[in-house]
Amino acid sequence: MEKLLLLGDEAIAQAAIDAGLSGIFAYPGTPSTEITEYIQASKEAKEKGIRSNWACNEKTAMEATLGMSYTGKRAMFSCKHVGINVAADPFMNSAITGVNGGVIYIAADDPSMHSSQDEQDSRYFADWAMIPVLEPSNQQEAYDMVHYGYELSEKFKTPVVLRVTTRLAHSRAAVNIRRNARKQNEIKLLDNPKQFILLPVNARRQYNELIAKQEGLENAAMNDGFNKYIDGKNKKIGIIACGLSFNYLMENYQEEACEYPILKISQYPMPVEMVNRLYEECDSVLILEEGQPVYENKILGLLNKGKKIMGRIDGTIPRVGELNPAIVGKALGLKVSEGLPIPAIVAPRPPKLCEGCPHADTYRALNEAIEPHGKGRVFGDIGCYTLGALPPFNGISTTVCMGASITMAKGASESGFLPAVAVIGDSTFTHSGMTGLLDCVNDNASVTIFILDNAITAMTGTQKSSATGRIEAICEGIGVDPDHIKVITPLKKFHAENVQTIKDEIAYQGVSVIIPRRECIVWANKKRKDAKKQ
Amino acid sequence: MKIDIILCGVGGMGALSSAAIISKAALGMGMFMKQAETHGMSQRGGDVQSHLRLSDKEISSDLIPEGECDLIISVEPMEALRYLPFLDKENGWVITNENPFINIPNYPEKEDILAEIKKLKNSIVFDADKIAIELGNFKGTNMVILGAASKYLKIDIEQLEKAITDTFARKGEAIVESNINSLRAGRAVADKL
Repeated sequence: MEKLLLLGDEAIAQAAIDAGLSGIFAYPGTPSTEITEYIQASKEAKEKGIRSNWACNEKTAMEATLGMSYTGKRAMFSCKHVGINVAADPFMNSAITGVNGGVIYIAADDPSMHSSQDEQDSRYFADWAMIPVLEPSNQQEAYDMVHYGYELSEKFKTPVVLRVTTRLAHSRAAVNIRRNARKQNEIKLLDNPKQFILLPVNARRQYNELIAKQEGLENAAMNDGFNKYIDGKNKKIGIIACGLSFNYLMENYQEEACEYPILKISQYPMPVEMVNRLYEECDSVLILEEGQPVYENKILGLLNKGKKIMGRIDGTIPRVGELNPAIVGKALGLKVSEGLPIPAIVAPRPPKLCEGCPHADTYRALNEAIEPHGKGRVFGDIGCYTLGALPPFNGISTTVCMGASITMAKGASESGFLPAVAVIGDSTFTHSGMTGLLDCVNDNASVTIFILDNAITAMTGTQKSSATGRIEAICEGIGVDPDHIKVITPLKKFHAENVQTIKDEIAYQGVSVIIPRRECIVWANKKRKDAKKQ
Repeated sequence: MKIDIILCGVGGMGALSSAAIISKAALGMGMFMKQAETHGMSQRGGDVQSHLRLSDKEISSDLIPEGECDLIISVEPMEALRYLPFLDKENGWVITNENPFINIPNYPEKEDILAEIKKLKNSIVFDADKIAIELGNFKGTNMVILGAASKYLKIDIEQLEKAITDTFARKGEAIVESNINSLRAGRAVADKL
């Protein structure tokens, strides 16, 4: 057996290669990015012809995943938790179509919001769609679950969600791998040609089939080995430990065995029979979930008339943020060690725009041009330039979701709030800014849209941007007047000139696009280094 | 045998590459390991950290429990203090460079930071940049710090040297030698104390 030192993300990627993957479809997003990057960099994947280019967004990526599965091949989709929102349409409906070749959707959740705008728990989405979930507790399980997930997917003709969280995604450990465990599937269409045609007449039948699958999926969760009932003598508390939380629980029992019965959960739908056994045998239940209290809520029910259920709802565990060994230890009344407090003089060191970043020059020019119009006029988006919200720039007033800068500026302008300015990155623009721009053009909205073109998807670590080389053509194609598509170079020496261009476009009553174009400094340095190596 | 280490610094300073060297050395000795890292937004000039856990037994948590960290290895003095809640306050050591990396307007006085470090039971704080520069290894601060920390690592320095050789082999013999010299110079600082 071969042993590799892998991040959780990399273990998933290697497993997919070993399990006969034909293609991965994804848009970068922390903490999921390294899965696709690993496959892109893998010589083995290249030799096997596994496709891995970045998609424009999560919706296009998931639909392509489904298309590959339609032909009988195994496909993978990967995103961060909020990416599932973007892909919600194919996500919900692919549960109803089901799959042909095996499909795994990776949802990388970010409790504590290390690099995200919320800490939504993808298990809610999967439960809603009735898609089974695998939630590994360690890197080895992540690896094994990809192999198992494809078998499960093909057996039940359903997509499978593999849910990881930041800690597992970005933590390294040794993993035993099974290289070339399986060949890629051949192209073979389904026997039932109507499965993927969700006309109401078919959809009603398919929906019933989806519901009928649930019993088998629950039995699999009970019998296939990832969920375990570990008995204990002390029945005062029964512990349900989901996913990664199992490790934090075990960390508290290094020297001796846990005295309480434990139900380790790594596969859903939740096996009700196992939960019931724990509930019946114990006086109370402690539920540990890395993320939101999805199953705590279910076990409590609306009225909570049964035994005491402890977790995030009753305050035994903090309501928000990721877990750790101390939180779990304290919940069990164990003595946990404490270090020293952080000295008061230690100042926070938030992330900031890099030295030499083109966005900094853009914000300096924009701030100067917009200053006479007062505060609150710049709508931001998601990427490195979101850091423009922080001092010294204080340059944007909103950041909500991918693409929302353009459409929020439009809505504001339509309430007579002029000027209204949007700031969006090149990759975010092709992710979900283009349709908003078309709305602006169709309504001839008075908005000035900055498309910050640094030629790369920078925040997630310099992935190829779908927008590179196409921005002007896209804007013209959508119908922006070419006289109001202005390219500027965000450099100090052009500052005065740039401020004037921005002032002119802000004064224009209509859709104008300004493209500050200069390469990301991190990317430029990386390229120079790579060139040196060769 | 079990050792829990936090490696820390500021994004872009290369603070975390020492973690890879230690991991390689530990794996060479057949130990179990887990290493949690910071990726994403924080890497843009923010504080970065890595929890590195080594043991001869299987390791449960990817995160080091509070109050149980044996060693904080830092290339920046204020960053070393940020992780004190994790330090084993009786037996744990803090090994850090003494030169601040100032990229925030409200960075405290250097003297105040060093005074806080001196309050700790076990610490080594020294000018690792100076040693690296004297050796002509301008990017070698982390190797000097790692050398000083090696005294408390429970990993033979030969194993670390082997790991450095493996890691930098691609870049040529001169780079390997320069990094090994930096490691040894750092170790000499710790041995003299």
